[in-house]
Amino acid sequence: MRLKLVPQNTSFDFFSRWKVWLGISGLMMVIAFTSFMLQGLNFGIDFRGGTTIRTQSAVEIDVGVYRDAISPLELGDVTITEIFDPTFGEDENVAMIRIQAQEDAEAVEAATITAVETALQQVVPDIQFVSVESVGPKVSGELIQTAIIAVALAIGAVLVYIWLRFEWQFALGAVAALVHDVILTIGIFSELQIRFDLAIIAALLTIVGYSLNDTVVVFDRVRENLRKYKKKDLKEVLNISINETLSRTVMTSVTTLLALISLYVLGGDVIRGFVFAMIWGVIVGTYSSVFVASTILLWLGVKRDWSKPSKTAGNQFANIDA
Amino acid sequence: MLQIDTWKRVLIWLVCVTGLLMALPNAFYTRVEQSNDAKAAIELGVDTPEMQAEAGQWPNWLPSSLVNLGLDLRGGAHLLAEVQVQDVYESRMEAMWPEIRDALRDERSSVGTIRRQDSAPDEIRVRISQPEGMPRALEVVRGLARQVQTLTGVGATDIEARADGDTIVVQLSDAEKLASDDRTVRQSLEIIRRRIDEVGTREPTIQRQGADRILIQVPGIGSAGELKDIIGTTAQLTFNPVAGRGTDPDAAVGIGEEIVPSIDESGVYYTIESAPVVTGEELVDAQPAFDQNGRPAVNFRFNTSGARKFGDYTRDNVGAPFAIVLDDEVISAPVIQSHIPGGSGIITGNFTVEESTNLAVLLRAGALPAGLEFLEERTIGPELGQDSIDAGKVATIVAFVAVLVFMALSYGLFGLFANVALIINVGLLFGLLSLIGATLTLPGIAGIVLTVGMAVDANVLIFERIREELKSARGPARAIELGYEKALSAILDANVTTFITAVILFAMGSGPVRGFAITLGLGILTSVFTAIFVTRLMVVMWFERRRPKMIEV
Repeated sequence: MRLKLVPQNTSFDFFSRWKVWLGISGLMMVIAFTSFMLQGLNFGIDFRGGTTIRTQSAVEIDVGVYRDAISPLELGDVTITEIFDPTFGEDENVAMIRIQAQEDAEAVEAATITAVETALQQVVPDIQFVSVESVGPKVSGELIQTAIIAVALAIGAVLVYIWLRFEWQFALGAVAALVHDVILTIGIFSELQIRFDLAIIAALLTIVGYSLNDTVVVFDRVRENLRKYKKKDLKEVLNISINETLSRTVMTSVTTLLALISLYVLGGDVIRGFVFAMIWGVIVGTYSSVFVASTILLWLGVKRDWSKPSKTAGNQFANIDA
Repeated sequence: MLQIDTWKRVLIWLVCVTGLLMALPNAFYTRVEQSNDAKAAIELGVDTPEMQAEAGQWPNWLPSSLVNLGLDLRGGAHLLAEVQVQDVYESRMEAMWPEIRDALRDERSSVGTIRRQDSAPDEIRVRISQPEGMPRALEVVRGLARQVQTLTGVGATDIEARADGDTIVVQLSDAEKLASDDRTVRQSLEIIRRRIDEVGTREPTIQRQGADRILIQVPGIGSAGELKDIIGTTAQLTFNPVAGRGTDPDAAVGIGEEIVPSIDESGVYYTIESAPVVTGEELVDAQPAFDQNGRPAVNFRFNTSGARKFGDYTRDNVGAPFAIVLDDEVISAPVIQSHIPGGSGIITGNFTVEESTNLAVLLRAGALPAGLEFLEERTIGPELGQDSIDAGKVATIVAFVAVLVFMALSYGLFGLFANVALIINVGLLFGLLSLIGATLTLPGIAGIVLTVGMAVDANVLIFERIREELKSARGPARAIELGYEKALSAILDANVTTFITAVILFAMGSGPVRGFAITLGLGILTSVFTAIFVTRLMVVMWFERRRPKMIEV
């Protein structure tokens, strides 16, 4: 008896309501973008400079007490959050204190950190500072730049690769799906105000990789079926291809999600945001490879005459397999 | 048909076994680590029975490379420092001054009397009383310039002199500034390394980043603050003539003189001559010691030229005070009692034993040529690192088991093949990580978990394809063969694209992100290898033995 998530033979029509799906995706992207414009991202210190101190103590945390201890130091914007996590023990009370980058200080102010630590030690004697991280404004500016370049480079490189291996319509479809995934991920980070730091950029790039993985598998089948069913129209071929690969798409998404969810639940709070981004990316990426990438491909159309290979078709690298 | 040459089979199993052997030490992390440390100590000559026992914990014939644990897992301190390269320009110009002065004095007949003017720190301005002698003066000063080796400019010199009315302005040339910046950063790197080595922590990472930055990571140190105490001090030691002593920090001073505070007596300021008699660069040794009253002090010894300068100066200035200045603060300003010919001496002050030990370390390692500004500092406590490792371990095991069970349920026997391949895959991944000495970070663990989830993808692609081919009823052998053949292009395309993003991530990222990129990228390599070769070999071997008439995937 086999576990089957998807029946042996499926023949869903993925394009009967393609306008609706594109509409939904478009709407979600608009919402994500608006949220980003209105609230902005909750940047971590990697991107805006400042200091975070992670404290641990056996005493229950009273955020008010912490705040009162720190406020006489006049450090500007200070956020204190208590962190709860199923992996913490009974007497582990963890708080994160974030202090904005101090004005007119290019470098990291050691005095500020010491002052905060001393002030907290006075109100909570057993407090431990399990991690202290400071990033100066100079570096954080550069980190943003590098991050944007990295994401853009990744998308660009992929565009070129798919263009070489398939045709430009495929490349555009795949990249549209990628941009869709990246925007929706940034959107959910802005909407839920989850801390956005350097690791999230890594997650974004992984999403780019994963989403692409999915799209490429579908496209690979489309390419094959386009040769096989020369008489059928593009919509039909796309539908056949997606249905044929559906079982695989679901299987891989499920195994990846199984792994990610166990990491989300058990991996501790330090990387939870990072794992959340990837879980979201796997879901959105699976959706987009069917409903965005393929739909755009359908919309753009593909040159069907394979008998006369032309130089401009760009598929001269397509036969390195088999 | 389904045929794999014997040599290929041997090669595939050999790769698997080697990979798993390489990964083996990581399963006994603490033991292997202790053994490696002990072996290193024995190599250095510390040969005690305990060391031998510790070294014997892991046999020599087994591989002993381990995956390095990143700071976020082991705990430690991370600093990103920017070297203030322009600090050097000032001391360079200061050192030029006596030379320029002497050269111009020899030309008194044509340029008249000379007078040094106030100026920005990176230039020297000299006014001459006979402006008509300017061409000659410039010629003389330019004659002091030395050639600079550069890649672009031939014949570039280290200083530039120009006339500004009746004043000569001397500055470092751009070519020399570039060369000087590079030298400064390299020297700083070397001195930071020496200081950290003196303190003796394990496996520090000290790297140059970009033009003028240095990244320092030291595992196992208590806090970034402690690390800064060791490397943050410039430790520029100079011996300067004292011109006066007072309580006014803004008192008027002559040209070539400056006011520096006293380290111990608050409110006391010394006026000293800027050009030092001797500097710490000419020290050959410094040791913590005690003075005749039993207070902590530092003994030092000069090299020959330093000893001569020091000897000459003390002979000529008996009875005058001179200042021992450390990083622009006067440690002490004793009066010269007698000629000190031997080139050794003692620095006394209000030291604690710890301070004197630290000062000796700093003086021995040498002064930093320029100040450091810290742009980034991170301290991760060892407890947090251990928590992350524990959480990561549990999460990886659970993820692993979940995927194994799911695959077995979905594909039966073929699922089991894929599972064996998955286990080999993770083994190979750890083997590769140890082999290249990669650093495992917390996002790196996430990369492994992601690999576990995604690695089965290639197998899923193949199995689904075999299922499809079985429907066309060509017989099981043909179906398996076609399944592998046709799934290959999808597997390659899908993995190459992911690999591209991993490479970009590695190139652009830093620290933990880079750790993630490494595990992700290597994970792709090992999972493609296990899917295309290992699972296939297992399927083929099973098929040869059983010759089933029909198969179910």
